[in-house]
Formats: sequence, C-alpha cells, structure tokens
Amino acid sequence: MKTIYILWLRQVKKYFRSPSRIIGSLGQPLLFMLALGYGFGSVFQQAGQGNYLEFLVPGIVAMSILFTALFSGIEIIWDRQFGFLKETLVAPVSRFEIMIGRSLGGATVAVLQGAIVLLISLFFGFTIHNYSLLLLSLVFMFMVALLFTALGTAIASLLEDMQGFQLIMNFLVMPIFFLSGALFPLQGLPKAIDVITRINPLTYGVDGLRGTLAGLAQISLTTDFIVLAVIIVVLNALGAYLFSKIQI
Amino acid sequence: MENIIEVKNLVKDFKDVRAVDNVTFNVRQGEIFAFLGPNGAGKTTTIKMLTTLLRPTSGEIKVNGFNPVTEQDDTRHSFGIVFQDPSLDEDLTAKENMEIHGVMYGVPNKLLNERTRQLLELVELWEKRNTQVKDFSGGMKRRLEIARGLLHHPKIIFLDEPTLGLDPQTRNHIWNYIHDLNEKEGITVFFSTHYMEEAERVADEVAIIDHGKIIIQGTAKELEEKTKTNSLEDAFLALTGKAIREEGKEGWAAKFRGRN
Ligand SMILES: Nc1ncnc2c1ncn2[C@@H]1O[C@H](COP(=O)(O)OP(=O)(O)O)[C@@H](O)[C@H]1O
Ligand SMILES: [Mg+2]
Repeated sequence: MKTIYILWLRQVKKYFRSPSRIIGSLGQPLLFMLALGYGFGSVFQQAGQGNYLEFLVPGIVAMSILFTALFSGIEIIWDRQFGFLKETLVAPVSRFEIMIGRSLGGATVAVLQGAIVLLISLFFGFTIHNYSLLLLSLVFMFMVALLFTALGTAIASLLEDMQGFQLIMNFLVMPIFFLSGALFPLQGLPKAIDVITRINPLTYGVDGLRGTLAGLAQISLTTDFIVLAVIIVVLNALGAYLFSKIQI
Repeated sequence: MENIIEVKNLVKDFKDVRAVDNVTFNVRQGEIFAFLGPNGAGKTTTIKMLTTLLRPTSGEIKVNGFNPVTEQDDTRHSFGIVFQDPSLDEDLTAKENMEIHGVMYGVPNKLLNERTRQLLELVELWEKRNTQVKDFSGGMKRRLEIARGLLHHPKIIFLDEPTLGLDPQTRNHIWNYIHDLNEKEGITVFFSTHYMEEAERVADEVAIIDHGKIIIQGTAKELEEKTKTNSLEDAFLALTGKAIREEGKEGWAAKFRGRN
C-alpha cells in the first residue's frame, strides 16, 4: 500500500514541479475551444443543434485528459531511458503494485489537467448545466484518465525507445480523439464512422462528461459507465501483464 | 561456509554476441566477492541475470536459494543493488529518492530517517538533500546512487562498478562503510570492477572474467601464486595477455586511431 502511495505521490510531485509542462499542454485545448467553439458556433446553431460551446467543452476536457493520461503511461519509456525504471523493477514489491501506483498517479494528474481546462472554459462562457452532477463528472473524468493511462502503460511496455512514438500519436491518439464524438454529434454519421465511434472508448467518456456537465448525453450515462468500467478492467489487466514482462 | 549464490553453465546471447559464455561460480555467504574484468567482459549482463532483470539463455542460477527466473519476488527480497548506469529520478530531490527506495524496501520510518542522514553525510550530500538531482554533477549522482543502495540491509548487495569515476578519498569512505556492513551484519557483497587494486584490497574472493568466460577464481593471493606473479595486475596480464582497459581511455584511443 505504501508503495502505491509513494509512487502516486511521485507522479503528482513531478507534475507540480513542471509548470511549463502544465501551461504548455493547455495550449492545444484552448486553441480548440477558441477556434472551433467560436468558429463553428453559428453553423451549429443554424443547424438547430443549440450552443456549440456547451456541446464542445466536455469533448475538449476529455481530450486533455486523453493526452495527459496517455503520456503519463508512456512516461515509462522515459523512466527506462533515464534508468529509474530499473530501480523500481528490482525492488521487492510486486510489479502490479508498481503499475497501480503509477497509473493512479498518472490518472490523478490527467484529472487535474482536465479540471483546469474545465475551469478555464467557464471564462469562455461555458455554463455547467447542473452542479449536483459535478461529482459524477469527476468520476467520468477519472475513468477516462484510468483507461488511457493503462493504454499508455501497455504501449510503453512494448516499446524500447521513443521511436514508435510519432506513429502512435498519428495512428492511435489522433484518431481516438477525432473519431469520438468530441467535436460532432453522433447522429447521422456515415456507416464506417459510426461503427468506429461506437467501438472507440473515448466516445463513452465524452458522452458521460457531456451528460453530466452539459446535460447533452447522446447514449446514456449508465451505458457510458458500464462500457468504461469494462474497458478499464481489460486494459489494466493487459497493461499489468505487459508491464510484468519488461526486461531491462 | 554455505553458498549464497550458485551459478552453473550460465549463458546469455544477444542478437549476435554471446555476452556470457558458460559461466560457473559460487559465492559463499558473508564474503566479499569481486568480479574483475575489462569493459564488455559480461559483468553487467551477469549481474542483471542474478537480479531478475534479464532472463538467461540457458544455465542455472540460485540466489539465496531462489531461482531469479521463476521466483522473482523471493529473489528480490534477498538483495539490494547499485547499478552501473544511472537509475535516479532526476526531478526529485536526493532525499525523495532515498525515501522512495526506503518505502519500496520496507525500511521503517524512523530507521529510514536515521540512515538517510547517516548515508548522505557519508557521501557528503546531506547539505544538498533538498536539491533536485538534475542539478547534481555526475560524481554527486554516483554518490547518491551508492547511498541509496545501502539504505536497506539485505542479505546480498550487488555493486556494479560502484566507484567508477569517484575520487580516491570518497572511494575510501565508501569501501570502509561497506566493509563495516559486511563485518557487522554479515552482508554478502558482490561487486564488479575493473580497478585491480580495489579487488585486491577489498575482496575475499576474486573471479576474473573476459569475453564472457571466467578465466580463474580464488583469493588474490592464490591468483598471484597460480600465475607466479606479484600482483593481481600482473596476474591479469599473464592470464589475458593484455592490460585492463580503463573506461574512457579506450574511447579516447579508438577515436585517436580513427583519425589516422
Ligand atoms: N542489451 C544488449 N544488447 C546487445 N548486446 C549487449 C546488450 N547488453 C550488453 N551487450 C553486449 O554484451 C557484452 C557484455 O556487456 P556487459 O555485460 O555490459 O559488459 P561489462 O559490464 O563487463 O562491461 C558486450 O559485448 C556488450 O556489447
Ligand atoms: Mg558493466
């Protein structure tokens, strides 16, 4: 237990110690909010879909959680290169504990990042639809974070260095984001896109957040919750398995 | 005395090199054992296999009675290690690095604080305990690494070229401390080095390894007698036909050759 705590604390400390990283990773979500939120706002309204900013912000919050969480998982590659990974891997604690500590730390950091984006969106004119659901939206944020930290861990356990990284960004992370319903409604999509969005776990995270923050769920909160929970268990099991097989 | 490490016909192949070639040796409980050999001899690879970080291609290993391949957790409870390559978290302070280690190795809080102070004073880093490691010099990082490795008192401690690049005075401090640990607590010390005089001065038993093979094993005296030489240095020369290559120097020489 103490090991989980100390490794969790490590991630959180590292996060607060690099303000440049915090600010740097706010750039992209803010740009999306500005350019898309204001740029597409009128088109969206004219199409009878309501206020685009209300629709968009939960998607952007999910995006920043996706990116931060995945990077936290992938940080294992850095730790491997800088050598700290060895230090944890030979310690007389189970690798499962190590992974859980890391994942909880990474997920916490991702939720913090998402919360900052949410806070900033209020200044752009986003209104939280129902404050009593805020706690539930935090739950969804944490679930999205846990899911993608585990995915990052699984990927990083397979990679020896940063070479495959660009590939992952372009062929995994970006599609997960763009084809998740973060930016557009799920109705009336071409068949192929429809199928992809439905098997994309982020879709359910975005929907859960949209439901709790803006009251605009398109699936249902229960379905969102169950799908996320199942995928979290599966990906964590996979991540734990691959992490336990790492050789230095 | 009982053997605490037993290695039999150990082999490790990487893609195109046989890094460890049919190595057999034993380490007795409570002794200081030196693994002496030039760069690329296979010292680090052997240590990685003993400490569960690498799977052997073939051969048998027992560490404290456990098999590092099939009984990883039990094996890990038996040893501590100072790696040859850096393994600190540079974003954290010296004290935080010590703390994480102490927690993972189950050192009780009070003892952890005591030993952290004692060891950081030993390696002259106590004043810098709250500085992030990334602001440390190479030598300071090395010293912290050693202090951290000595924080818990396991049955066996592995030190992979521990004093590489440290000044003689610090080396002296550290070896005195390790010697004390060995005498007072009976901790078995397994260290690799390419400093002859270190092996000669500190070790009860020396094994010389080159090109992945153990050439000879015994006390420093025995090796000198067997090779009819007067020092371990000469014994090494007699056995391998060459002087031990010093880290750095070879790189320099190679560069120099490349230019011509
Ligand atoms: N991960 C690896 N992949 C390929 N070759 C390796 C790897 N690690 C070590 N080697 C090779 O194995 C040999 C022994 O290396 P090593 O055990 O590090 O020697 P030493 O620690 O005695 O200097 C060297 O030829 C080295 O290049
Ligand atoms: Mg080595």
